[in-house]
Amino acid sequence: MSCIEACGLRKAFGSTIAVDGIDLRVEEGRILGLIGPNGAGKTTALNAIVGLTPYQGELRVLGRDPWRERDRLMRDVCFIADVAVLPRWLRVSQALDYVEGVHPRFDRAKAEGFLAKTTIGRNSKVRELSKGMVVQLHLALVMAIDARLLVLDEPTLGLDILYRKQFYDSLLTDYFDRSRTIIVTTHQVEEIQDVLTDLMFINRGRIVLNCSMEEFESRYLEVIVNPENLAAARALKPMHERQVFGRSILLFDRVDRQQLATLGDVRTPSIADLFVAVMSSQAGARQGVAQ
Amino acid sequence: MNTQLDALPESSDGSLAIAPAEIPALRHMYWALRRELWENRAIYVAPLAIAAVILFGSLISTIGLPHKMRALSALDQARQRHAVTSHYDLAAALLMGTFLIVAVFYCIEALQRERRDRSILFWKSLPVSDLTTVAAKASIPFVVLPLLTCAITFVTQFIVLLVSSAVLAASGLSVATYWAQVSLFQASLLLLYHVMTVHVLWCAPIYGWLLLVSAWARRAAFLWAVLPPLAIGALEKLLFNTAHFAAFLEQFLTGSGTEALMAPDTLPMDPTTHVTPGRFLSTPGLWLGLAITAAFLAAAVRLRRYREPI
Repeated sequence: MSCIEACGLRKAFGSTIAVDGIDLRVEEGRILGLIGPNGAGKTTALNAIVGLTPYQGELRVLGRDPWRERDRLMRDVCFIADVAVLPRWLRVSQALDYVEGVHPRFDRAKAEGFLAKTTIGRNSKVRELSKGMVVQLHLALVMAIDARLLVLDEPTLGLDILYRKQFYDSLLTDYFDRSRTIIVTTHQVEEIQDVLTDLMFINRGRIVLNCSMEEFESRYLEVIVNPENLAAARALKPMHERQVFGRSILLFDRVDRQQLATLGDVRTPSIADLFVAVMSSQAGARQGVAQ
Repeated sequence: MNTQLDALPESSDGSLAIAPAEIPALRHMYWALRRELWENRAIYVAPLAIAAVILFGSLISTIGLPHKMRALSALDQARQRHAVTSHYDLAAALLMGTFLIVAVFYCIEALQRERRDRSILFWKSLPVSDLTTVAAKASIPFVVLPLLTCAITFVTQFIVLLVSSAVLAASGLSVATYWAQVSLFQASLLLLYHVMTVHVLWCAPIYGWLLLVSAWARRAAFLWAVLPPLAIGALEKLLFNTAHFAAFLEQFLTGSGTEALMAPDTLPMDPTTHVTPGRFLSTPGLWLGLAITAAFLAAAVRLRRYREPI
């Protein structure tokens, strides 16, 4: 059975529609990146998944209705909602005591082990820790919980690159196995390209792209086109075209690799480039409609 | 993977979750309470600080105690007793006042602060229900603070009594008479009864209301707690030129406890004959108030479920 199943998931705040009828299925053992511009509805969708917000439509997380059964679901689901949600007055030892006290699947020794690799003192209060250390602490707590689904909403926001790298490294090496599922949203897309197994773009409350990373790599190709081939390349209807150092880089969807190789250097695009291409083609389509 | 669904399979109703080790509800409650005490240290620091001040003042004043006791011996028994116990009553009254102030400020902050500092997202990421959380928060003014206040008052008064006894014995005065006049154990039981009836059960709707406003208000919870009653009173006065609501509130606030004790203003000589729990418990106003409190708390639980960080 799927870890998350949504059908027609919808959420409106007054007249603003944050999530506009999303259908989605996330299988167990996947790492899904949910990418979208600000205000695209990512956080709202994730909040619905972890039972923080009521919604319309069908949604099942690990077979449960997250809004009705949040406290039960939280035995199997963990989430880091945003940086700095740990209360500032909390001591590290209190955080360990509390989670150990209320969570049936918390392994304190494991959390202590993760913390031992950091410079976080047991007696420190959260207010005394740096932003990066707070995230390390939160991650240590979360990784010590034997959960089935981990939801990360901008977990590395405001961290420097060393902490960000370390964050995903420890997530992959110390936490992830094939039986767990992770959903992550971030604006630092390029950093999670190698981490993800699946990719989803969301814009204006709708899913605009949804594929596995294998599919992504076989389907999308970027060509640094030799100037003399530019007209021929454009004839193949690229999704997007950009100029770098005077050379044209064209992004293609489902065009034969060997055919493209005759036009210039072919490579797999970065998620960021594909994101820009998809978003600008969407914007173009909207303008077209407006005209 | 991630294929767009045309329809959800019917089988999705079954739970995927592995049967987890159960954590008893009481243990959740215990940890939720521990959390409140970590977060709001004023709950015990404030009464302890006041107790320290009382102790300091009392110990200094014991210097003049033998002289005072000799002067008092000329008076009749009732006046003697009153003069002796007034000191202890003052200590109890100070700690009671502290309890009320701490309780009001605690309630008004209890469900708003976790939203303001966004930590509600952390608390909600753990398998603790909104009901448990609100119940733990409500038990601070209903159980923890009154019991703690009575205990601290008793210990404080007991220390004062011991020191006073030592001073009196050293100057050759009767300690037994002094103990009989103070009658600390009876007075403490009476205090406990007074606190639980007048300040907890009777005032329950006030704490319930404050917790509800705390769960509801985005900011200025104190204003939201105080202004609506004022506005209702003012509207009534302007529209109908009557003051029933104000009179009701006044009666509620000042008339509290008249049913619990024969003479609420003074601590009676023999508590057992003056305490009237039967009359207190048969007051319809008490039960109406408790029902309203329950409704306020239920609304607070619901609000906590819906409310997002501010």
